Amino acid sequence: MSFDATYARELPLVESKASFREIDDAIIKPTEEKPRKGWWVAFGISFTALMIGAYCLGLTFYYGIGMWGNNQPVSWAFGIINFVFWIGIGHAGTLISAILHLFRQKWRTGIARFAEAMTIFAVMTAGIFPVIHTGRPWLAGYLLPLPNQNGVWVNFISPLLWDVFAVSTYFTISFLFWSLGLIPDIATMRDKAKNGVKKTIYKVLALGWSGSNRSWSNYERAYLILAGISTPLVLSVHSIVSFDFAVSVIPGWHTTIFPPYFVAGAIFSGFGMVSTILIIVRKVFGMEHIITVNHLEKMNKILLATGMMVGYAYSMEFFIAWYSGNTFEMFVFINRAMGPYAWSYWTMITCNVILPQLFWFKKIRRNIPITFVLVIFVNVGMWFERFVIIITSLHRDFLPASWAMFYPSLVDLGLLLGSFGFFFTFLLLFLKFLPLVSIAELKAVVEGAQPTIHPHPNGSNGKH
Amino acid sequence: MKKLLNKITELLSKEDNEPRSKKLYGLASLYNTPDEIIKAAAAVAGRGFEKFDVYTPYPLHGMDDAMGMEKPKIGYVSFVFGFLGLILVLLMMWWMSGIDYQNIIGGKPFFSLPPSIPITFEGTVLLTGIATTIGLIILFAKLPSINSPIQDTEFMGRVTSDKFGIVVKADDEKFIPDDVKLLFQTAGAFEIQEIYYRESNLTNKTPLFNGKFFVAIIGTAVVTAIVSYFTLNWVLYDVVPFDWMWKQDRIDAQSKTNFFPNNSGMRMPVNGTIARGFLPYEYKGMPDSSVRLLANPLAVSKESLERGQDRYNIFCSPCHGYYGEGDGRLRDQFPKPPSLHNQKVMNWTDGNIYHVITNGQNVMPSYAEQISVNDRWNIVNYIRVLQRSKNASDEDLTKAK
Ligand code: HEC
Repeated sequence: MSFDATYARELPLVESKASFREIDDAIIKPTEEKPRKGWWVAFGISFTALMIGAYCLGLTFYYGIGMWGNNQPVSWAFGIINFVFWIGIGHAGTLISAILHLFRQKWRTGIARFAEAMTIFAVMTAGIFPVIHTGRPWLAGYLLPLPNQNGVWVNFISPLLWDVFAVSTYFTISFLFWSLGLIPDIATMRDKAKNGVKKTIYKVLALGWSGSNRSWSNYERAYLILAGISTPLVLSVHSIVSFDFAVSVIPGWHTTIFPPYFVAGAIFSGFGMVSTILIIVRKVFGMEHIITVNHLEKMNKILLATGMMVGYAYSMEFFIAWYSGNTFEMFVFINRAMGPYAWSYWTMITCNVILPQLFWFKKIRRNIPITFVLVIFVNVGMWFERFVIIITSLHRDFLPASWAMFYPSLVDLGLLLGSFGFFFTFLLLFLKFLPLVSIAELKAVVEGAQPTIHPHPNGSNGKH
Repeated sequence: MKKLLNKITELLSKEDNEPRSKKLYGLASLYNTPDEIIKAAAAVAGRGFEKFDVYTPYPLHGMDDAMGMEKPKIGYVSFVFGFLGLILVLLMMWWMSGIDYQNIIGGKPFFSLPPSIPITFEGTVLLTGIATTIGLIILFAKLPSINSPIQDTEFMGRVTSDKFGIVVKADDEKFIPDDVKLLFQTAGAFEIQEIYYRESNLTNKTPLFNGKFFVAIIGTAVVTAIVSYFTLNWVLYDVVPFDWMWKQDRIDAQSKTNFFPNNSGMRMPVNGTIARGFLPYEYKGMPDSSVRLLANPLAVSKESLERGQDRYNIFCSPCHGYYGEGDGRLRDQFPKPPSLHNQKVMNWTDGNIYHVITNGQNVMPSYAEQISVNDRWNIVNYIRVLQRSKNASDEDLTKAK
């Protein structure tokens, strides 16, 4: 219990001691009311973006990926940039829900559910890109080792195949983790709902959860196990994504620093996205007392730390290029910082390394408008990081005769926009229909929620 | 539409208003604070009750001890399935790429451990996660139990929100209603309720998860499978872009097109074009006698004979037969050619046979378009071998010794 005692001295997790009923009401309210105007506006925008993306996707399907700006030698471009970008966004969710759970960081309760939902939608968005990049996505079944007429199996030593396994496992586990967390909350909503369609749906989804302690006991252990396996999983996923590059022989990709560098970058970008959205959501849904400034400050600290990690990786790449004495390697990095794509490189450095340094100041960490601007920059910077890694390494490779510039086509831009539309449409539906904070977990950490005595059936009364 | 929805809801929520039977399921009590409930739970367990449970809106620390429960066992499920996942995935990769279909990729071993680690890891995690979740839901939390007697009671409404409750089931050996009530009261319960079975619990009929429900699910699956099979294989078969790239923006040979002035898709080579290895034949159309001087430029060698055999078997054997006896596979469908072992051909110069291949002879067509100059001579060499072996003498045997 000493742990909780120290914790109590910290800032409270939920501002102003709320009763359980109030917590229920506050969190369930958005799902019961008719959506507000702000929600409709947001939904309208994201749905329009989604439709633009769908149109571009249709063009891509019909005419093939010749509609994109990809060329030789830049054969990977927006498709893969967007894939890595969205997968990275997802990682913050798992980090918050699993890793912080293992470290018993109770402040995570306010944001975990939301971050997990974000993970799922981000992975869904990410998953679209490699599949459409194959050109004929309706044949994507061949990505899996399924028996087929040709009798041939997939190539198990290709990092691209590892990706298939990593991303699909990641999606499945995140989804299970998230659904498991939802069951008790849906039970609460079920018992709160009046008769009707809603109640029936909740009833089915809650599976008849009763909150029995014999269930809770195993539930908590299962949750811990899922957190325990998600933690190495999330590290493996982005490591494997980085293998897509690192296992090739392209200068600028072929480096051993890629796995940790990608993981740090993923967490950085994910936290950027979580903050961006939470800042809006807590305002719109009036949850400032549940998702507090303290949460945002803690996330800003993580942004500062991971921002410096990627900064370290950027500089270490340069150092190794020089230290290796490999002319190709050196050329690629000089070309990054001073070649035709220098503007993107310096955008990346400014957004990811320089601007987050402002988070050293407590005033700035706790200032919501400034934080909002900075996290937007982080999102932009991390998108450009992938742009820099992919485009600058490819556009000038070994043979100067085959150098070329990459220019995105309108369809490329439409798909990028569409990916945001897809993500936010799902996110908004989630915000509308499901509790965006874990009700059960939140109740468990408010003051006075846990017993102060620990009796045993044989009569001994353990007092702490 | 709305009517339909209401109807479904009505059907599904029938059990809400379903009359309860007279049979007692158990006694429920409600408490206000975590301390009260944990004390009450210890008291109930201390009395020796076994079929009871505590209901809380969130997990309470120390409740397992208070109830005298064993440690959660879900971990075993995770471990067993995780281990199984590890072995299965590793075996799968070993069998698929190491045994069943060996593919040479960059000269690497068909199966080796290091590149198998990522997928093995993912498989382990995947199976652990799925088994843990399903195991928890079905084995440990005993869900789905939508129709359980405590669902849809006032008691349930409180314990999933802000109160804490205990239920002692009536089928516990020590269950005596008044005793239990007294126990609850002394433990500080602010409310005690009796919970009765639903009618359907006693007849073992669950309104939602019944046979019809599963038939509906399986039916949907079957219909979806059939519909998608026919859309993919019959409807979309001929529709761009699902047509396996059969239709493409290109002009096929021998097809009509407006692109070229003569509306022909076929492009003819520029006049005077000569393909490599197909030098024009100077005695074209001339009688045999004129080619006596045409000399065989190729020395007899193993390569030449092998190549000659190969070409002969492809181009000549259909009519002339594998040994030149005129008994080819086209028997009765084409005029039977004479044997190549007749005296006339035996006496011919190489140039003469070459002339027949290049120029054709009566019904036998010219092979100048199909067979390169060099290969024609290779065939000639090979025919010589056939002739020699068909007309071998006893001396040859002794010579060979
Ligand atoms: C489509 C069937 C066919 C094919 C294929 C064919 N021939 Fe003939 N060949 C004939 C016929 C029929 C004759 C007899 C023509 C005639 O009436 O003079 C003949 C005649 C000949 C003769 C002359 C025999 C003679 O006694 O006058 C030679 C030599 C010969 N073929 C060689 C070849 C060679 C070498 C090839 C392979 C490149 C070949 N033929 C492929 C049908 C064929």
